[in-house]
Amino acid sequence: MSHETETPSTLLKLDDYRVGFRTERGLAKAVDGVSYELNSGKTLAIVGESGSGKTVLNRGIMGLLGSNINESGSVKFQGEELVNTNRQKFWGKKMAMIFQDPMTSLNPVMKVGKQVSEPLRLHQGMSRKEARHRTVELFTLVGIPEPSQRFDEYPHQLSGGMRQRVMISIALAIEPDLLIADEPTTSLDVTVQKYILDLLVEVQKESNMAMTIITHDLGVARGRADEILVMYGGRVMEHAPAETLFNEMAHPYTSALLSSIPKLDDPKHTRLTPIEGFPPDIVDGPDGCKFAARCQYAQENCLSELPDTTVKGDHSYACFYPIGTDEGAKAFASNAERGHTAAGLKIRAKEEVI
Amino acid sequence: MAGSGNNHLRENTDDTLLRVENLVVEFPSGRRNKVHAVSDISFDIMEGETLGIVGESGCGKSTTAKAIIQLPKPTAGKVEYQGTNLTELDKEGMRQQRPSIQMIYQDPISSLNPRRTVFNIVNEGTRVWSTEHGAAQEQKVDEMIEAVGLDPREAKTRRPHEYSGGQCQRISVARALVLDPKVIICDEPVSSLDVSVQARILNMLQDMKEEYKLTLLFISHDLSVVKNVSDRVAVMYLGKICEIGDGDLIYEKPTHPYTRLLLAAIPDPKNKHKDITDILEGELPSPLNPPSGCRFRTRCPRATEKCAAEEPEFRQIGNDDHWVACHFPHIEGDDLGPNDEISWPPDPQK
Repeated sequence: MSHETETPSTLLKLDDYRVGFRTERGLAKAVDGVSYELNSGKTLAIVGESGSGKTVLNRGIMGLLGSNINESGSVKFQGEELVNTNRQKFWGKKMAMIFQDPMTSLNPVMKVGKQVSEPLRLHQGMSRKEARHRTVELFTLVGIPEPSQRFDEYPHQLSGGMRQRVMISIALAIEPDLLIADEPTTSLDVTVQKYILDLLVEVQKESNMAMTIITHDLGVARGRADEILVMYGGRVMEHAPAETLFNEMAHPYTSALLSSIPKLDDPKHTRLTPIEGFPPDIVDGPDGCKFAARCQYAQENCLSELPDTTVKGDHSYACFYPIGTDEGAKAFASNAERGHTAAGLKIRAKEEVI
Repeated sequence: MAGSGNNHLRENTDDTLLRVENLVVEFPSGRRNKVHAVSDISFDIMEGETLGIVGESGCGKSTTAKAIIQLPKPTAGKVEYQGTNLTELDKEGMRQQRPSIQMIYQDPISSLNPRRTVFNIVNEGTRVWSTEHGAAQEQKVDEMIEAVGLDPREAKTRRPHEYSGGQCQRISVARALVLDPKVIICDEPVSSLDVSVQARILNMLQDMKEEYKLTLLFISHDLSVVKNVSDRVAVMYLGKICEIGDGDLIYEKPTHPYTRLLLAAIPDPKNKHKDITDILEGELPSPLNPPSGCRFRTRCPRATEKCAAEEPEFRQIGNDDHWVACHFPHIEGDDLGPNDEISWPPDPQK
């Protein structure tokens, strides 16, 4: 183990955390060596495409993955090791999770008020009356109109935004130390999304809890998170304070992800720059960097060696040829000259600099 | 119903490919009630143009798309395609028109039959319509599958579940294009895809549009995507169009209070509208019983009594292709906003 001193505010500390699913073809390495720390009162955004392992990572931390998995490495929550233990005692009081789909994560045959007040009675020993009172308070806090009437309604009577607010009030009911929000706004409209995100950040600041937002939208991450962690193929590609990530972007994947999004500033019909190729196979994946096959900067060693994580202050990235360095510029120039990367990917006409 | 007028419609010329006038779609609900899904909207699309329709869920954008292809037939209004009013056609007449107006749906996987091979899915339309038969017809299908970036040999044996979401959306595009349509209606074609795949599909749609001289009606809730693909943009709210015109103008200077709020909500730190601090109060009113006058008035920071009494008509902003249906739009140097009457909006508590 490392000999670093753990500051008292370190709530969650991951060290080389790995999760594999046993499949017929072999072990599917969904999370492949992730390390990071999260302090109380901070917000971390985990950004990645589908299949990047961001949801499995957080379900793994919560202990929601069932028994068909191989877990290794270390996850320390408030100094206690979680890997390969039963984490049920932490649920609710210590850590809570908001799921992506508010339609399927609420019980359709139970009144929403009861779904919120149940944990209050269970974990905090409140009486029925107290729990109802507190639930109505929570509904008011998350902006549900007519909260005392909503208490006795069923999920199907509420709109998607309202249901997600109910989910959030369940998660907030017991004031957890760590709140994990898995794509909390993906199925919602932009105006509702803005309200929900602002609400989460507000509650998080007030109660000094730590929050992890899982999202595929870099725009959501920016402006709300203190730190952003970019995942690809089960590994951490880049991890930095939010503004540093955008201003001093080092990993070609982060840059590729950002440039594939249509921007409001661009005039209409601006050609987009997609990421070519496909995500790697997680059972029988590449030996080297997971992104090498789709990377404009890839050299021969990217295909065979796994890059170490370079740490510069609070900015870390795993790449041999990061953007903004001489090595990166040279690697791109040599690829541009031969017209393709070491993995055989054709090079676009001009370099994408952000 | 007064309606918001048709001032914003352009002159009906030979270039007008699709012209929708006073389209109303209502669904019965219960014994007496009606869902007012689309209420008296009009727009036109010129040949080769892309019209983007943007709005939140429940605003009637998909219903509009389906009403154009008469599935189901609209309650009232005209849908003119190349001068033919589709609403008056009989079953066979409409069937003859169907190949030229094709649709691409939101969920790429569930909109493809899982039990058929990809080749058969794409071939279905040509089997019914093609004048060529046998090898020539098959070759056309193969070419189309190749044009969307898939392997035609694999397509003969594979079924949709063997393809990823992005590839399935390509199959949908191939299925639509194989009949040589003139109009493609895309209903949220990229909203279930990852951003990197989304970019590829959007680029492909753009290429296809140029290659096959298509006219697109592009529906999405993602404002950045709509901005990127569209020439003109229409913003919908609760079954009504509130602002329509040139995409760049609307994004640059939104004038309808709802458009402004919508743009302000985009999570992009470079968003130039993020300083708009008005908040969208309350919930979307029920389409069973929409508000009188302007539909947005119950949530509008500028609403006055006039908005409840009178439905705003479309008015032009300057001389530009930019139209807004609002009594008090945000127009620079032209302070039409209510000053002393602003205390009117109903108390959200009530």
